[in-house]
Amino acid sequence: MTAGTRLLVDPIACDGRGLCAEILPELITLDDWGFPIIRDGDVPGPLTAEAREAVRVCPKLALRLESSSKASSRP
Amino acid sequence: MRSTDSRQRHAGQAADQLPRLLPADSGTEPAGLAEHLARYGPLRSAGLNRQRREALIDEVDRSGLTGRGGAGFPAARKLAAVAAGHAPIVVANGTEGEPASSKDKVLLARSPQLVLDGAVLAAEIVGASQAVIVVHHSVREIVDAAAAERAKAGADRVRIRVMTAADRFVAGEASAVVHWIEDGVPAPTRKPPRISERGLGGRPTLVHNVETLAHLALIGRYGASWFRAVGTAEEPGSMLVTILGAVNQPCVCEIAIGTSLAETLSLAGGTSAPPQALLLGGYYGSWADAAAAETLPFSSESLAVLGAGTGAGLIAALPQDACGLVETARVVRYLADESARQCGPCLFGLDAIAGELQRLAEGRTSDLGLLRRWLGQVDGRGACSHPDGVVGLVRSALDVFKPELGQHAHGWCRATRAANVLPVPPRRQP
Amino acid sequence: MSVAAAGSQGLWFVSRASGLVLLVLFSVVVVLGVAARTGAAPRHWPRFVFVELHRTLALFLIAFLALHVITAILDPYVSIGWAATVLPFMSGYRTLAIGLGTLAVDLGGAVLLTSVARRRLGFRAWRAVHWLAYLAWPAAFAHSLTAGNDLGIWWVVAIEWGCAAAVAIAVLARLIAGVGHDSGSSTPAGQPSAAFERVTDRERTHR
Repeated sequence: MTAGTRLLVDPIACDGRGLCAEILPELITLDDWGFPIIRDGDVPGPLTAEAREAVRVCPKLALRLESSSKASSRP
Repeated sequence: MRSTDSRQRHAGQAADQLPRLLPADSGTEPAGLAEHLARYGPLRSAGLNRQRREALIDEVDRSGLTGRGGAGFPAARKLAAVAAGHAPIVVANGTEGEPASSKDKVLLARSPQLVLDGAVLAAEIVGASQAVIVVHHSVREIVDAAAAERAKAGADRVRIRVMTAADRFVAGEASAVVHWIEDGVPAPTRKPPRISERGLGGRPTLVHNVETLAHLALIGRYGASWFRAVGTAEEPGSMLVTILGAVNQPCVCEIAIGTSLAETLSLAGGTSAPPQALLLGGYYGSWADAAAAETLPFSSESLAVLGAGTGAGLIAALPQDACGLVETARVVRYLADESARQCGPCLFGLDAIAGELQRLAEGRTSDLGLLRRWLGQVDGRGACSHPDGVVGLVRSALDVFKPELGQHAHGWCRATRAANVLPVPPRRQP
Repeated sequence: MSVAAAGSQGLWFVSRASGLVLLVLFSVVVVLGVAARTGAAPRHWPRFVFVELHRTLALFLIAFLALHVITAILDPYVSIGWAATVLPFMSGYRTLAIGLGTLAVDLGGAVLLTSVARRRLGFRAWRAVHWLAYLAWPAAFAHSLTAGNDLGIWWVVAIEWGCAAAVAIAVLARLIAGVGHDSGSSTPAGQPSAAFERVTDRERTHR
């Protein structure tokens, strides 16, 4: 089974600019203060290109794509 | 460091004897080095032999020691993770940012040598040459003196550095302590990388609560079986608890994990009138109905049925003449103000939640649905567990104090006391 | 007119024309950059469109820049020299004016290169260099006023004024957004300020 990729946000770097939610509304919604809530789980195959674009476009470099096989980022 | 019968007979501390960490008398002076060694016996250094270090990690693993800072992470796993790294360093975390909790301060004030033993032992286990101990300013002098005493005796191969902790709530978080030591900024840092891999100065860093290290120092002397002689099978050993609120003699006491809450409260002189509720764990903990909780053993496994845990060992009794909503609103306002202000959901979300809770507490029109929505939006969305802890506290309050919600909605509050129960420092000016 | 003269005229014409296009492009890029940064609620276009357009046009700029510079240097009737493409004030012809253009290329080049390597450099380093754009544009503008002879043509002047006005408004908007909403105390819940980054930066550096 191939490992999927997850889209993760660095909450310290994130400024709530909201560009990611514009590009990837299927996976990202904004909370009441404009900060992204990213759906749990792997990025679906068809959305991989958009996910990469969201990562690239983020003005604060707060998004990253990580292989799902990696251990969770929160200890 | 094998646990043999002969060693236990020579041990200064019988396996089932409590307290283990604190002195038996109710004095106020710290135990000096000589007194410390007379009570516990010597702690043979682990030496640089890799085999002996690994054997020690195994012993800690067998002991089942978990972190006493609130997170309860298995100590042996942390030791192994850091030991695997290059040029590690040890941080003994005595920050205790919780205003209601005093156990770490008391431990350092009464048994500083035991904590330093543990820090040195941990350093030798992971192969570190330095240990930094971060302590509350009120016990800085005592710990300095204890470290100086050791340096004079020349027993340690590990260099000990004492630092004063920052005076912020989140300053006690592991990465915040490292950030404080390194840059003087008591704010949590992003993970990855984990501090066990890249922490202080980019080195693998072992951060342990001072109480955990004190237990480690005893496991190093007496072994895993000794440690497990008290406590439960899943949560072995003893722990320090801070008992305050509607008790006759608020105290920091040491109990075997699994002691019933009723018996634990009696250590603090019991309650003159039955409390209505207990706050268990800390300000990241949970409220529990007092009648339901008092019969339960004080262990995370048993308290789970009430949605609570042992956390950082806080047991706060809410008297009948107080209102749980008012108390919680005040604490949450403090916690929101104490945000490190790095993550949007924490900075804005907790502020919004605190505001709504304040409206609830004051009996003004409030939107419970909106409050619950915000709780859901904030949970798990920061770089540390500060928002999670607050969410847990608020949810438990909304659950346990449901009758009070109705009362406030009708414009009256059960509180007849003027004084606050849960301690909150005065609001700092920005 | 001889073939050589006609060729030189052609090169000179292309250089001037591409220069004008460059000025317009650069001005649009600056305006888009500010719009991406300060735009509160996106009206008709989502914010990422501004960012993507800003990025795409900036890359487009390079093509026109190459045209502009190469034609100017190849033109045998003005002695600029290849060194002057990157080293300021090396041109024999109109040293100051050309030098300003070179300065704009150097500064803009730094902005561009750091943007391409943004992820590797990290946010803080990238942003520090990006501020140089606010120096690169005035240099380019001053160059456009002094390096050519076309200010007699009314629509060239109109373009110069238009670009200057657009960028001036953008810079003003950027300054206002930067100092507005700025408070050390807790921001009221509901709307995070566009200067959220500033609030947290101050908290972090306050020691």
